[in-house]
Amino acid sequence: MENFDIIIIGGGPAGMAAAVSAKKAGAENIVILERDKVLGGILNQCIHGGFGLHTFGEELTGPEYAERYADMVRDMDIPYELETMVLDVAPKPDGCKAVTVISPTRGVCELSAKAVVLAMGCRERPRGALGIAGFRPKGVYTAGTAQKLVNLEGVHIGREVVILGSGDIGLIMARRMTLEGAHVAAVAELMPYSSGLKRNIVQCLDDYGIPLLLSHTVIDIKGKDKLEGVVIAQVDENRVPIKETAKLYPCDTLLLSCGLIPENELTSAAGIRIDRRTNGAMVNESLETSIEGVFSCGNVLHVHDLVDFVSEESARAGENAAKYALGAKREKCESFDIETGNGVRYTVPVSISPGNADELTHIRFRVGDVYKNVSVVVKSGETELVRRKSRILVPSEMVDLLIKKDKLQGISENIKVYLEEA
Amino acid sequence: MIDVAIIGAGAVGCAAAMELSKYKLSVCVIDRESDVGEGTTKANSAIVHAGFDAVPGTLKARFNVRGSEMMEELSKRLDFAYKRNGAMVLCFDKNDEGKLTELKERADKNGVKGVSIISGDRARELEPSLTDEVTAALLAESSAIVCPFEMTIAFAENAYANGVEFKLSTLVTGVEKTDAGFVVKTDDGDIEAKVVINAAGVYADTVHSFVSDKPLAITPRKGEYILMDRSAGGTVSRTIFQLPTKMGKGILVTPTVHGNLLAGPTAENIDDKENTATTTDGLASVKAKGALSVKNIPWGSMITSFTGLRAVGDRGDFIIEESDVPGFIDAAGIESPGLTSAPAIGEYLCELAGRRLDMQINTDYIAARSGVIHLSALDDEHKNALIKKDPAYGRIVCRCESITEGEIRDAINRPLGATTLDGVKRRTRAGMGRCQGGFCSPTVIKLLSEKLGIAMRDVKKNGK
Amino acid sequence: MTKELTCICCPMGCALTAELEDGKVTNVTGNTCPRGKGYAETELTAPVRSVTTTVITQQGIPVPVKTKTPVPKDKIFDVVRAIKALPVSLPVKMGDVLLVDVCGSGSDIVAARTVENS
Repeated sequence: MENFDIIIIGGGPAGMAAAVSAKKAGAENIVILERDKVLGGILNQCIHGGFGLHTFGEELTGPEYAERYADMVRDMDIPYELETMVLDVAPKPDGCKAVTVISPTRGVCELSAKAVVLAMGCRERPRGALGIAGFRPKGVYTAGTAQKLVNLEGVHIGREVVILGSGDIGLIMARRMTLEGAHVAAVAELMPYSSGLKRNIVQCLDDYGIPLLLSHTVIDIKGKDKLEGVVIAQVDENRVPIKETAKLYPCDTLLLSCGLIPENELTSAAGIRIDRRTNGAMVNESLETSIEGVFSCGNVLHVHDLVDFVSEESARAGENAAKYALGAKREKCESFDIETGNGVRYTVPVSISPGNADELTHIRFRVGDVYKNVSVVVKSGETELVRRKSRILVPSEMVDLLIKKDKLQGISENIKVYLEEA
Repeated sequence: MIDVAIIGAGAVGCAAAMELSKYKLSVCVIDRESDVGEGTTKANSAIVHAGFDAVPGTLKARFNVRGSEMMEELSKRLDFAYKRNGAMVLCFDKNDEGKLTELKERADKNGVKGVSIISGDRARELEPSLTDEVTAALLAESSAIVCPFEMTIAFAENAYANGVEFKLSTLVTGVEKTDAGFVVKTDDGDIEAKVVINAAGVYADTVHSFVSDKPLAITPRKGEYILMDRSAGGTVSRTIFQLPTKMGKGILVTPTVHGNLLAGPTAENIDDKENTATTTDGLASVKAKGALSVKNIPWGSMITSFTGLRAVGDRGDFIIEESDVPGFIDAAGIESPGLTSAPAIGEYLCELAGRRLDMQINTDYIAARSGVIHLSALDDEHKNALIKKDPAYGRIVCRCESITEGEIRDAINRPLGATTLDGVKRRTRAGMGRCQGGFCSPTVIKLLSEKLGIAMRDVKKNGK
Repeated sequence: MTKELTCICCPMGCALTAELEDGKVTNVTGNTCPRGKGYAETELTAPVRSVTTTVITQQGIPVPVKTKTPVPKDKIFDVVRAIKALPVSLPVKMGDVLLVDVCGSGSDIVAARTVENS
């Protein structure tokens, strides 16, 4: 059996960043396992700009961002195997992890690693899971699938488009389809606010006069073999469609941008504890899961809105995986759970052990609604660790808080993160 | 002039074709869709009914019992998924328990073995997810689940291997009686045949009326279903039926043969024979009724919903007979238990046709058929041998169901292979998982476009 | 006259308020960094956008491309048309200039990904 210090599952932005930092931290025997034919993951199809401002200090497109990391991987001689899919991860009695893979060259075989970094990314919520009534014709795509067909395969998928869901991919695809010569009739969003970034509403919808219908949803899909139209209705405050407002939009393409789900089937099967709020693994301050030596980062941990945040987080996971693989033991000291209060939907990590914390510990979370003029408060008992004022907090934007290591020393109670009126 | 023209490539039409291919006959199956099993066959409960429900003496009872007996052997010989998982019919009201006794008596009269009445507690012991409302249940050990697409494809492929011709994407526009037999008129030329079998599903009445003045009416009955992820597949192990309640006819909750959880169907008679749309109310009703049987059904793990149309005849029973026009045989009104009955109906249709034809045994008949090899079903040694032979089997295309490029290529390249996305899905399960083709469909579309020599944008999801 | 707009320089998406006099921006508030002010000034006088799209190569494989610097907003569709008309053959390297001074905008079209001829 082949033994590795670190196996990184996924060669997208998370996996590549983890590999680069693991190598920098001294791990030698690393391999990235990527199921696609190339490195880069979803970035290869994200041909729009807006990536890299934090990481590279300039605005890059997705493929450029991916290629920079892929170049780093190659320049640092980090091995990677393509068309390689991991089928199973399981802890072994000796503390190593058995990783079963399949590929055209390897066939099915078992590898072993001291540490594993989970970086499999996420998938889109499909039409079936949304429970939209109607026919099941050709012409209904998740926005990401459409993006792949248009940008990587050069397929013209349709001319008259309706988009359900205002997630970033949906907004980006509204512009993309417009530039490819299609007409986008509307973007319907169930919630009273957009789930995409504001800048994308401005430059993808407003620039092209595409209406954003907030508190609207698709209630029927017409056309037996090919899509002929969708019926859009306004919803009331309980998100129940108001039938009187139903309106038919003739179209040949419906794109769905209704949420992303971390792809944690491997994780669950390995027996790793999953956080139902994020559908990602529960991790501690070191991004380590409930199985020692297995780390998680990027969109498989929780869905990010910026790849730069993915890279930063994954670099930490890679570094910690390297430390673990090189034999560093965790400090045996108390760990404190992070509890969420008013307005905070979840946090990553879910616990902090002050003795094992880095100089700066990130707490990332999303809010459950739109909040104006609030303070984000992090407290342990009566000790206030962070207080940060915000003019506006929206569910589409992840909040990133930093806590200095010295602030954490001496805490003796669980940590609570919540919003307070400012 | 050929011997037999079969109109309709559903489970019944393909079963008849397979039976007829055991004889030296020229047979042609005609269907308006681009694949077999595109009508009622593809959207039903996928149950092999034990045979306790059909009224003794009816055709339904006769073919149900025979079909159920045949199915396991067929599944082995023709390589399609089948699992004897047992079934229960739940009773929710002490006053209704007499209805269970009635079903038990029917089972006895129909000759169905392994049927017993058990208490609510015993039912919950066997199926811990059942609700506390269950007062008693009928247990039927011989009930089974099957993959209806695979079954029908297997029948068709076996028939094809034995010389049956398939004219797909061909709409029958009329049938004319001639001195020698019939002319079946299609949008792609005429076909002359001595015998015509009408297995046209919800359109069997239209096809019947082409040659006969005797009335025959088919009403489409809409049934909506919810399919859940394999993570929910273990919710129940048996097929759970309900006795009718105040909420009307019950629905079933069942594992599928591939390990998903299925709930449905609703039952609504409609006029439009093309209306396979799901409705908000229909799906809500499935959820409400399902909750009566089983606690905490994980509706959140729904991966798709779909609608099937049952072809309900006007006699309360299957209509399987030579019509008033000699040589024109109807197989109409094949509603539940039609899927179970299909192989038995096929046998009988062959017998009816045989009365008009010279039946010489086909000595070259190939009895066995192999389906698409699923890599995930093999042990590691065989997996590696296969991947070594064809590296495409080492390339996973559908992550959710672990389906490889090799399997997809097989589904596309085999005789009577897939020509649409849904065709690939039904032969391999690629795209049938939790992401519903989000990741694999571009690759499947690409493979189809290469094989069919068409642009990717022109690759169809389903249909003609 | 005051104008409300959302800054698109970065994902923060600051809500800006700009005061205009005689077509000139005289004051900007709401921005958290200096780029917001610059954005408001350009956006309200001569708005520009970066354009990204694909060009289908002679091998039939799409290559992602972008404008090296933003182009006038009203030229977006002209720029896309010019890109779509480009004859490009693989291989292409990230950063290759495929078209100079697209539509007289002063901006070049560059390849955003290395694509080998496979």
